[in-house]
Amino acid sequence: MTDPSTAQRFIEAIPHSQALGMVLEDLGEGRAVISMPWDERFVGDPATGVISGGAVSALLDTCCGAAVLSHAAAAKGTATLDLRIDYMRAAKPGQRITARAECYHATRTVAFVRATAHDEDEGLPVATAAGAFTIEGGRNGGQRGAGK
Amino acid sequence: MSRRKPEPVQVVKQRRDAALNALIGGIPYAQYLGVRFERRGDELTALLPFNESLIGNPFLPALHGGVTSAFLEITAIIELSWALLWDEMEEGKLDPVAVDREHLPRLPKTIDFTVDYLRSGLPRDAYARARINRSGRRYASVHVEAWQDNRARLFAQATGHFLVPTRNNGG
Repeated sequence: MTDPSTAQRFIEAIPHSQALGMVLEDLGEGRAVISMPWDERFVGDPATGVISGGAVSALLDTCCGAAVLSHAAAAKGTATLDLRIDYMRAAKPGQRITARAECYHATRTVAFVRATAHDEDEGLPVATAAGAFTIEGGRNGGQRGAGK
Repeated sequence: MSRRKPEPVQVVKQRRDAALNALIGGIPYAQYLGVRFERRGDELTALLPFNESLIGNPFLPALHGGVTSAFLEITAIIELSWALLWDEMEEGKLDPVAVDREHLPRLPKTIDFTVDYLRSGLPRDAYARARINRSGRRYASVHVEAWQDNRARLFAQATGHFLVPTRNNGG
């Protein structure tokens, strides 16, 4: 059984995600949706006003981590092992970016996740991501977390 | 054959530092994260001074994976831009007084970027250096390594592919 409220609190307690203005839109069963407003402080190229690839990758990384925490493997914590991001097109300046991540498989120790990021145009994604995450203190893992 | 007299060291330094500062100043997100660069000749080292807002796991605590990724990507982009700029700069075609965003080439565009997280980023300063493995007319492949306390104990490394900007700012 997943515990969305714990996962939600965990995500909202991430200082850098708060700093970027991320909002958890939806969470559960290995899926997460997190959005982030356009902000001129997070621009990568002022000539175009396009948001920095780094800020998009922070959003995708957070969203993937959230998806892992909401998966039935019931990880108490997670960390990124590796994450590949493909940048398909520039995000439109001024538009909100929404990431959707899916933890499509988890073993006792590793979770596999893929994600997309869109601006307000729901067609071609701005970026896609694929990664592997650790599962710490999961249901089937070695050490069980202390009872909450 | 007479050799040209070497330029005064201050002139060379001023020109290089001005170009480097213009490059970094051109990325607001790098400024926001607090990324700085140190230069020895053409060798660059990126610096990410620790700040509470860079935390991704408050319980450990550890740097946010996205911060690490952004730091590495900024390092790669600056290194690549710097290398593309170098020859022109050394030939004296860049006027150090007029060096600003408008007179610099466009930044490379990231095609893909893959980060390998080797250990969690500690709540302290981080450093990174990039190496250009290939830079062609259109594409470039760049590798980046990041460390904190020990240069040999990397906490992350990354490889990315970039679209090299075309030079059309008319000089």
